[in-house]
Amino acid sequence: MSLAALQRDLRSWLTFEANDAAGRLGEHAAPGLAVYLNNYRGQLMTCLAQSFPAVRAWLGDTAFDGAAATHIERRPPHSWTLDEYAIEFPDTLDTLYPQDPEVAELASLERDLGLAFVARDAAQLTLSDIAHIDWSSAILELAPTFSLLPVTSNVAAIWAAIEGGRTPPTAAILDVPAVIAIWRKGYSPTFRTLDAAEARALFMLTDGRTFGEICAALVHEVGEVDGPPVAGNLLARWITEGMIGSIRSDSVSPPVAGQSPAAPPQ
Amino acid sequence: MSEKRQFGLGLRRPHYGDFLDGPSAVAVDFVEVISENFLVDGGRPLNVLRRVRERHPVALHGVSMSLGSADGLRDDYLARLRSLADMIEPLFVSDHLSWSRFERFTSHDLLPLPYTREALDVVCGNIHRAQEALGRTMLIENPSSYVSLPGEMAEWEFLEAICARTGCGLLLDVNNIYVSARNHGFDAQAYLSGIPAARVRQIHLAGHSQGRELLIDTHDRAVPDPVWSLYASALERVGPVATMIERDDDIPPLSELLAELEVARAIAQGNLRRAA
Repeated sequence: MSLAALQRDLRSWLTFEANDAAGRLGEHAAPGLAVYLNNYRGQLMTCLAQSFPAVRAWLGDTAFDGAAATHIERRPPHSWTLDEYAIEFPDTLDTLYPQDPEVAELASLERDLGLAFVARDAAQLTLSDIAHIDWSSAILELAPTFSLLPVTSNVAAIWAAIEGGRTPPTAAILDVPAVIAIWRKGYSPTFRTLDAAEARALFMLTDGRTFGEICAALVHEVGEVDGPPVAGNLLARWITEGMIGSIRSDSVSPPVAGQSPAAPPQ
Repeated sequence: MSEKRQFGLGLRRPHYGDFLDGPSAVAVDFVEVISENFLVDGGRPLNVLRRVRERHPVALHGVSMSLGSADGLRDDYLARLRSLADMIEPLFVSDHLSWSRFERFTSHDLLPLPYTREALDVVCGNIHRAQEALGRTMLIENPSSYVSLPGEMAEWEFLEAICARTGCGLLLDVNNIYVSARNHGFDAQAYLSGIPAARVRQIHLAGHSQGRELLIDTHDRAVPDPVWSLYASALERVGPVATMIERDDDIPPLSELLAELEVARAIAQGNLRRAA
């Protein structure tokens, strides 16, 4: 048997428990093949359990292990890094719990927190970095750890309760779908639920829109009086919370005496 | 201190505080990390590794290179490992004589190879490519195995051949020799006699557990007496080389592992006295 044929047979044994493949690996191989099968499944189960502790707490050990076993059967790993094996687990939960959207959404939240944990570092932007910027053309680049997660359930409250060791609330569908921002503060992943206006503004950032365009959208949404200060407050909050990685601006405006660096363009 | 006299431990998460926050450096000559845990873009893991590196030499020990893959190595994996190695300037870069990936499947487990001439060509080709990509000589570790696949040479003959053809060194896992010898019925002393002793640069020690029919390389308990005995024999064969203890499950307080490392030191010093 060629090496490639042997490796296909071992793969078939591990992923499908294919007895014909096992038979070709030797008549005395059965005990050892059982060890490799146990190791393979155990490694992936451990990966999922460690990546999704809140989902495990929410579902209970038995249901979680059943879902993990289904995932392992349906989606054999293909990346050399185990971190990636966790990425598609929310999809499996979505198919297993179609009537309970909080399950897949809780998994998506844990997955994105995990991705933020090891995402690329970026220098912390400070308010002093934003002087002399032409805000009408400025493009705010989000931190490498940043992501947005649309949700329909009270998953943020469920996660927070489990994380805090409290009894989680009953799952509930939100009156209006929400968006959760996920990023890393220092070395600690964090998140918060956004209001509708901030969510729309951040989606515009992810689309590469300028801060001037975001300000215009806010003016259109909340009016000419409230729009600019709302934009300014959002900008200051994004920067102080570490959501913004850098700011690109093609041209530079001289500072205006008495004007806050965080003030949006008028 | 000479690389040959070094004694180290695997750096594991429960001990990060001991290594980073203690008033003085932990009494090890080096630490070994699982490379894949640090092949990430950023965040706390790399920060921990950089800080540990300020106190200790670091060996990079991989589990995912898949040197036995019939369809070759992954460029993205090699590039990431090269970046990490350039950052850490490791004492050693090692991986296993095994495979874990083929086509689009990755097992995340160290799977056995048949010791055939075809497999030898594949492994040597992959080691050549890895060493070129990394700009370093690698150490190759003998695996524990649970299936004996039909082959054309013994494992130690296979190891000797890959050393001769690629210039790589060996990471001799004494526990793996013991486990495989028990599982497959070969003589561990004959194994030690057959390896190219001058190529051994590092030794691994660990514990194992008894499965239903086979010994399992679990790294979840202290190094047992038969493995200590085999370690003493190995040192007689290869001389003083860097030694480290692996513990990956049921991880005890660091003080227990340091006490185990003292046993390794004592055995090595005893061997040296006998040789003097």
